[in-house]
Amino acid sequence: MDWSLVIGNAAAELISPTTAAYALAAVGLAVHFGYTGLLNFGQAAFMAIGAYGFAVSVLYFGLPFWGAVLVSLLASVAFALILGIPTLRLRSDYLAIVTIASAEILRYIVSTTSLASVTGGAGGLSAFAGEFYAMNPFPEGNYLFWPFDVTAKDLWVRVVGWSIVALATLLVFALMRSPWGRVVKGIREDEDAVRSLGKNVYSYKMQSLVFGGALGTLAGIIFILPRSVQPGNYGTGLTFFIWTVMLLGGAATILGPVVGSMVFWVLLSLTDGLLQGLVNQGVITFLTTDQIGPVRFILIGLGLMALVVFRPQGIFGNKKELQFNV
Amino acid sequence: MNPLTLSTRGKKGSIRPVAMWLGALAVLFGMLFSAAPASAADEASNPDSTTFSIGGIIKDGETLLEGVQILVTGEAFEETGTTGADGRWSVVVPNKGEYSVALQLETLPEGASLRDEKKATKTVTVDLVNTVNVLFALNDTTSTGEAAGEGSGAPQANVFLGRLIAGLNLGILLAMAAIGLSLIYGTTALNNFAHGEMVTLGALLAFTLNRILGIDLIISAVITMVLVAGSGWLQDAAIWRPLRKRRVGLTQMMIVSIGFSLVVRYVFQIIYGGDTKVLSQGEIWDIFGVPTQAVNVISAGIAVVILLLVALFLTRTRLGKATRAVADNPSLAAATGIDVESIIRIVWVVAGALTGISGVMLGLFVQASWDMGFSILLLLFAAVTLGGLGTAFGAAVGAMVVGLFVELSTLVIPSDLKFAGALIVLILVLLVRPQGILGKAQRIG
Repeated sequence: MDWSLVIGNAAAELISPTTAAYALAAVGLAVHFGYTGLLNFGQAAFMAIGAYGFAVSVLYFGLPFWGAVLVSLLASVAFALILGIPTLRLRSDYLAIVTIASAEILRYIVSTTSLASVTGGAGGLSAFAGEFYAMNPFPEGNYLFWPFDVTAKDLWVRVVGWSIVALATLLVFALMRSPWGRVVKGIREDEDAVRSLGKNVYSYKMQSLVFGGALGTLAGIIFILPRSVQPGNYGTGLTFFIWTVMLLGGAATILGPVVGSMVFWVLLSLTDGLLQGLVNQGVITFLTTDQIGPVRFILIGLGLMALVVFRPQGIFGNKKELQFNV
Repeated sequence: MNPLTLSTRGKKGSIRPVAMWLGALAVLFGMLFSAAPASAADEASNPDSTTFSIGGIIKDGETLLEGVQILVTGEAFEETGTTGADGRWSVVVPNKGEYSVALQLETLPEGASLRDEKKATKTVTVDLVNTVNVLFALNDTTSTGEAAGEGSGAPQANVFLGRLIAGLNLGILLAMAAIGLSLIYGTTALNNFAHGEMVTLGALLAFTLNRILGIDLIISAVITMVLVAGSGWLQDAAIWRPLRKRRVGLTQMMIVSIGFSLVVRYVFQIIYGGDTKVLSQGEIWDIFGVPTQAVNVISAGIAVVILLLVALFLTRTRLGKATRAVADNPSLAAATGIDVESIIRIVWVVAGALTGISGVMLGLFVQASWDMGFSILLLLFAAVTLGGLGTAFGAAVGAMVVGLFVELSTLVIPSDLKFAGALIVLILVLLVRPQGILGKAQRIG
């Protein structure tokens, strides 16, 4: 087994744009669940809105880069409002079912063959990021050092992606120290107490849903910049991965989602590489290389179960800060 | 119902009625199946173990195609099979081994076409099972409203009737799994995201027993029901009871069930692979001019009887009343001497049995695959929520609404959006009547 390759691949995940996208989506989810206590099981939908909003704006409507980003964000706000109006007044498990259902509705809509001329149907969309890469200030060449060595194009996505993650994290940090943050954390702890102080709980919840959703949408854009848009990526699995990432680091912490995403992807890459090597060398005989994919999901599932039972506050979390009794 | 009339019951006393109950279900199930005309079941049982055959069903949406030729070659053997009036074809091959199966495209009737022309030839291996089914995916031209085949009559009405029957059928099968989900939610307040996996388990076990081990379909179904009921008990004993003891919060439990669902689903994928397993077979009946698989009609009949038995169980027996008391108010139920933990255990077993049977029948209805349960999980949630969270009868009504809506909606919207339609209805109902159709109006916000 080529250890340097396995470890190199795993380490490269630390700064990959996918890790950045998951981190950003998890920051958004932390705003929903960790700080406000909203059970959003539809974060995949916000990411899909980012991906399709951007790609369809560029390819179908011919909008420029910034126009496409703006359209995605507006669509995301509209979606959050549509989602929130009927459900934010209801008990939290209703919100969970409605968000997961909405995410699936969205996925069915973008993959239907009847809209294939716009969304690409089951085949998805590609070749929409030309303008983004044309903005690349880095001249051609190789950058950084092993195992992070990248081309100029790769470096540009990583710089943009991680800058947005950093900005979002700072923004959340500032917000949660502000009066607004204290109110939403109060809603998480005791909705009725906050209501009795004369705060409009419904409106605060809605703002939280819109804000976290917008972060998810930006994450969706970062996610697709280095790849194509595939409708299959936006299933409930994506939402559950984002939840795992968020819970891993700590739902009510500032850096938790970011570190959670790094740990998540490094571990996945390591186990993938190790299993691949062991199967190829004939050490593991009860699996074929095709079956390594499912093993990854089994590990995520077991990790999620263990995490939520034994360490619900995550790596960094404070047990007092996060209570699950929503 | 007056919970005060329920006396204390020990653990021993509570297990026996359940066993009797399951036994009664099993016997009834067997009677109904054998009372059915020599049909599905007989054909389903394994053929003579020394013959090997490759076969399948060719249909365009719901229309069965006659006279389509399929060329089977391999192992120094060549033969052409032709589909009969029931759309079925079968070629007896001399040995185990690898065969190439080619759909003769020019023999397809006017208008019918293969979804992917490259997939007209498939390679199959006759090995573990004596009969190998080969599926060819045709472009579904019927569900968009053009009725191919039949010719005479009023195609529009026929299509509507076909959808209506399919919808009722789907609804009644969903109802059993939905009641299982609802009973679990009612007694433990757990939103069990791993419920779909019990449906899958039912379908895959039935496939293993019936198609791989060659056990008669009825017996397979009964064994499956018992095994899935056991899996329900095991889930409660291994995961949910310890978590309740630890006083783990409901949201955490919900996330645990999500993780559990991932684990189980991908274990299924490793064991059974990612392809669809053909479970359904047997003759086609003409129901009001709509060709319907006999086995599905019989399934629906059995499902109705099972649902009636569940209703009787919940309303007439002491155990059923105790279950409803726990669902209503666990603390009050415990105070009146009901052993809440043992009721919960029974609910898991009953829910497992119902969901397992629903899985077998759904497997016969839409075929079995590793993620079939998860793909209908949201429909089950929709059914339970529509009916009113935690009310068993509401779940049955909700399931019928969902089943009918899913199938009837394909008359107006593309069939790949039919699940989306059902979920939109869920959201709309929550807007106007958040407590569901049969739910008690109470403050839930």
